[in-house]
Amino acid sequence: MEKRLSTPLSQEDVRSLRAGDRVLLSGTVYTARDAAHLRMMACIEQNRPLPFELEGQVIYYAGPTPTPPGRVIGSIGPTTSTRMDAATPALLARGLRGMIGKGSRGAAVLEAMEQYGAVYFAAVGGAAALMAQCVTGCEVIAWDDLGPESVKRLTLRDLPLIVAADAYGADAFAQGQQAYLQSVEARKTTGEPG
Amino acid sequence: MREIDAEQIASTVARLCVEANRELPADVTEALAAAGMAEPWAPARDMLDILSRNAVIARETAMPVCQDTGMAVVFAEVGQDLHIAGSFEEAVHEGVRRGYTEGWLRKSVVGDPLERKNTGDNTPAVLHTRLVPGDRLTLTVAPKGFGSENMSRLKMLVPAQGVEGVRAFLMETVRLAGANPCPPMIIGMGIGGDFEMVAELAKRALLEPLDQRNPDPRYAALETAWLEEINGLGIGPQGLGGRTTCLGLHILTMATHIAGLPVAVNISCHVTRHKTAVI
Repeated sequence: MEKRLSTPLSQEDVRSLRAGDRVLLSGTVYTARDAAHLRMMACIEQNRPLPFELEGQVIYYAGPTPTPPGRVIGSIGPTTSTRMDAATPALLARGLRGMIGKGSRGAAVLEAMEQYGAVYFAAVGGAAALMAQCVTGCEVIAWDDLGPESVKRLTLRDLPLIVAADAYGADAFAQGQQAYLQSVEARKTTGEPG
Repeated sequence: MREIDAEQIASTVARLCVEANRELPADVTEALAAAGMAEPWAPARDMLDILSRNAVIARETAMPVCQDTGMAVVFAEVGQDLHIAGSFEEAVHEGVRRGYTEGWLRKSVVGDPLERKNTGDNTPAVLHTRLVPGDRLTLTVAPKGFGSENMSRLKMLVPAQGVEGVRAFLMETVRLAGANPCPPMIIGMGIGGDFEMVAELAKRALLEPLDQRNPDPRYAALETAWLEEINGLGIGPQGLGGRTTCLGLHILTMATHIAGLPVAVNISCHVTRHKTAVI
């Protein structure tokens, strides 16, 4: 059973989510990946404004393919989140409340998520043509020179996500793998076919 | 002597770039479907179903299967009795430039690894050329995404480590990759040769059909046993748990030095794209 959520996310929204929950996310999110994170870090160091207000917002680690004529966006799926780990605690401290990506996060990110109240969603890596159908708006708002890495404001409608890490330090990757392996052991014990 | 124009190479490479990115090879879609049938874990089955549906949507809407349309890896087998009018290598890069621009594919290449300015047209390609008998030109375009490429590893083992050392390095590499390379993975392994050749062997192993095993029964047995072991790790689709961690594993080997046992593990995802044409 999926939970429907809309951005911006409140503390209550985030606190209601648990690792492993399925979510359909709608509303505005911002794309930023490697190069945009480096520039955001430079903005913070130099006390310059960020391209968007972070409070309650969600960053999608994604660089879509170019938008073909007659479409809203090209194919869009998540990139590997851990490459953004170094920048993430500073963004969480400034109000960022959610991230969408793929793969596990480092311990410092999970701790900062607990401290500030934030959620990390996993999108289905490699399902980019399917997920493009959940994007109803796309506009470059900063750093157009970065091409696929520019910061884009996306409007989502029911993007299917899994809560990969919650605001309580739980991690769906570790939990899911453990639960599966336990089910294998249980089957061995009962002699059921795999 | 047979002659072809470089322009024909450019237009062929351009077409292969687009086709490879929009349509998964049949062996991959079949492996995904088979994995779904064999998957005992319901959440993992759901993930595999999403990937299968995505491949259909990509084909029907002429959109790339994955947003990471990769660095264009091109394998060329040039017949030694063939004359190419114009620059062969320029034609390959021009084909990539055209395919990625006209096909609405993502430009994911930066010109200098440290300065990191996007070249804007996905060039240059990574080009592997072999001279072969005959007067034909075989071109394979294999766009490679870097979510999985980043998880690949190479190690110069010592001979005493033997087959167990190779196995342990493979399993360590898969565990370290975990959820990052968008499992289910497809894995290419090189064993032997020297430092650079073992990496090329691993890359070429990704082109092998998933339903075929190494012709040498010893290596065929290792492919089967190691695939089974990987699918017992529990990583599962997207790393969220399940049986289907890897759809296929191929090993390519080469003679090596008395002092060495090079091994390379090239990790790829289910979007292991490649398209071939013969001119």
